[in-house]
Amino acid sequence: MKYEKIEELLSAMWEKTGLGRLGTGTADSPETAVTGAAAAAVHQQIQSSDLAFVKVPADRGRHLIMDLRDHFGFTHLVFLTASDYIESGVFTLTYMLHSYTRHWDIGVQIDLPREGSTMESIHDLWAQAATYQRELREMFGIDFPGSPRIDEPFILEGWDDVPPMRREFDTKEYSERTFFPRPGRSTNDPAGYMRQKLYPKE
Amino acid sequence: MEVNLPLKIAYAALSLFIALNYGLLLTSTVARIRARVQGRIGIRIFQPYLDIIKNNAKRTSITHGVMFYLGPVFRIAGGVGTFLFIPMIYDSVMFSNFSFSGDVLLVVYFIFFGQLGMALGAGEGGHPYSAIGVSRGLAQMTAFEVPFTLSIIALAVQYNTLSISEIVSAQQGGIMSWSLFTNPLATAAAIIAFLGMSMHNPFSVVMAPQEIPIGPPTEYHSNYLGMLQTNRAIFNAAKLLLYMNLFFGGAVNLPIMIVKTFLLYMINVVVGVSFPRFRVEQSIRFFLGIPTVIGLLGLLTVIW
Amino acid sequence: MSEHETNRQLEQDSVREVMEAMMTYPGKADAGDTVLFCDARPKVEKPYRGIIEKFLNWARANSLWVLGFGTGCGAIELRPLMTSRYDASRFGVAGRPTPRQASVFIIGGYASVKTLKRIIRSYEQMQNPKFVIGLGSCTINGGMYWDSYNTINRLDHYIPVDVYVTGCMPRPEAILAGFVKLQELIRAGKAEKANEYAENFDWYKANQKKIIKNWDMPDYSW
Repeated sequence: MKYEKIEELLSAMWEKTGLGRLGTGTADSPETAVTGAAAAAVHQQIQSSDLAFVKVPADRGRHLIMDLRDHFGFTHLVFLTASDYIESGVFTLTYMLHSYTRHWDIGVQIDLPREGSTMESIHDLWAQAATYQRELREMFGIDFPGSPRIDEPFILEGWDDVPPMRREFDTKEYSERTFFPRPGRSTNDPAGYMRQKLYPKE
Repeated sequence: MEVNLPLKIAYAALSLFIALNYGLLLTSTVARIRARVQGRIGIRIFQPYLDIIKNNAKRTSITHGVMFYLGPVFRIAGGVGTFLFIPMIYDSVMFSNFSFSGDVLLVVYFIFFGQLGMALGAGEGGHPYSAIGVSRGLAQMTAFEVPFTLSIIALAVQYNTLSISEIVSAQQGGIMSWSLFTNPLATAAAIIAFLGMSMHNPFSVVMAPQEIPIGPPTEYHSNYLGMLQTNRAIFNAAKLLLYMNLFFGGAVNLPIMIVKTFLLYMINVVVGVSFPRFRVEQSIRFFLGIPTVIGLLGLLTVIW
Repeated sequence: MSEHETNRQLEQDSVREVMEAMMTYPGKADAGDTVLFCDARPKVEKPYRGIIEKFLNWARANSLWVLGFGTGCGAIELRPLMTSRYDASRFGVAGRPTPRQASVFIIGGYASVKTLKRIIRSYEQMQNPKFVIGLGSCTINGGMYWDSYNTINRLDHYIPVDVYVTGCMPRPEAILAGFVKLQELIRAGKAEKANEYAENFDWYKANQKKIIKNWDMPDYSW
């Protein structure tokens, strides 16, 4: 199906998923769903003519990704990553999908709670997602039940502390406690040097 | 030539010493030539000596049992045994070693014997890569033995003798009486087998450092490795001497021996630097193909 | 698991069984035993004295065999070192693929906890006398990754180090200077860190076990 602009594709996508119809707006301001039970949780942001982000609730995420892959031609999974918004208390997963024919990117974002977070696995849609999911399980603690080898340690062997990419984990303090820092370390960081020169009393 | 036995043993030890030094210096000289061709300086001439001294000067070594220790012993026994039955200089009292009639077959046996002993020892080492290397080496060895033995039999039938000294004496009298010209097909088959025997490219998959770290000698270190390195020099010299005696007319004095064996070794090196590696099944298929046919033709031309 | 994954698991298991059956080492269990690990400790090997040791040290200094284990980013500087322009082979340096035959271990760059476990295992399999060169600032004080949760800060608390070469990464000329310094140390008889490892074995082992939490190998991988 021919879509001239990414907005058209996105509105066709919202219609198909039945998550609600979007209100009107410009490309810069986010638009939210007008109707539907998922009113507050659906969100769209068009960054440029070939990049857009959509936010959906966690239980509709996999279905949306499957639709994008099967019906809208976004057959390439670029990455799956997570961001830790400790101020809002959520992890935001981002699935970036790419279409070979149209050269557009769509990022599907899903908010998960920071404790006990799980998400459906998509390793049967793309096999490489299994590796991304192992990394997220190790670094953030997000579980993807059913993903192959999800329980095995990925990079950190014998890690028994907090998953390290979480923002409450203080990596500097951990390094000083566990490894043996060599005293007498100095830095030539330019920002520190200039601050020292310009404001020597502080 | 009736010399008493202790004197003969002393002369054999002297020629073994010369062969050992010659083998070590040959390796480093050719490595230096290869380095100069590549535009760099290359290893020192005395580097193989330093390597052997360093290996023997290691203070610890791990043994995996009696068979592990006997592997290099068999190997060096094969090398020294091969060497001692090949006359180094034709018709010389000092450097005839222990050659007697029938030593062609004995030498061919000793070439095989070292690899077999190594197989037993390397398997005992417990490293799976040693076992893979050993199976590759033995498979390749059985393949190149076919054209080699065919050409040896061709020579034996042609000169009607199984003694290397008599084969050498039959080739005296000018260049045209070398086996190279009287039986070129047998020589061709044997030279191709020589490439397989010396484990240079394209047949180096057994010993190459990038392949399953270096095959059979994987687990060997310290004194054992020193023994294996010493053996490599002696064995190289022995094989070169054998080929020189059988196919290129032998040598009547030391400088001619050095020149002929050096040129023979350069055949190996030139082919070695020009080719990539074969897999084991490719080399087996190669040896049992055209070189065997050439050897058979060489044999047939002599019989009829 | 899909059928493809089960087949792969079966294949891996069978390969592991074959390799386990082929290997022999003291302490390997026969059928029916509980598995024991060899609990040998490294021993201090006294060097010879006088002119013999001088001669042997000269031979060791001029024939350095480097273990071919590219530990970190230093490995990318070792490759030009072996080629025509910088030519380490005129110093007697050659690469060996197995720790049994190597005498120099070059730790190039940062050592994560996972790599450190393999470094220790390879280092302990090398034979006395053995030398370690640490490349880059990450081996000295943690370098760029000084506050990382996964990389070590001081290499010489885990294995003894003979020569540090500063840089990030040091250029091949700097690594050659490091080799020359190591040769001077060996000839002066000061490069006996393998014996120091045997003497302070408990301290090194305690440091190693502090950070390597899944310790599933022998205490000393002889």
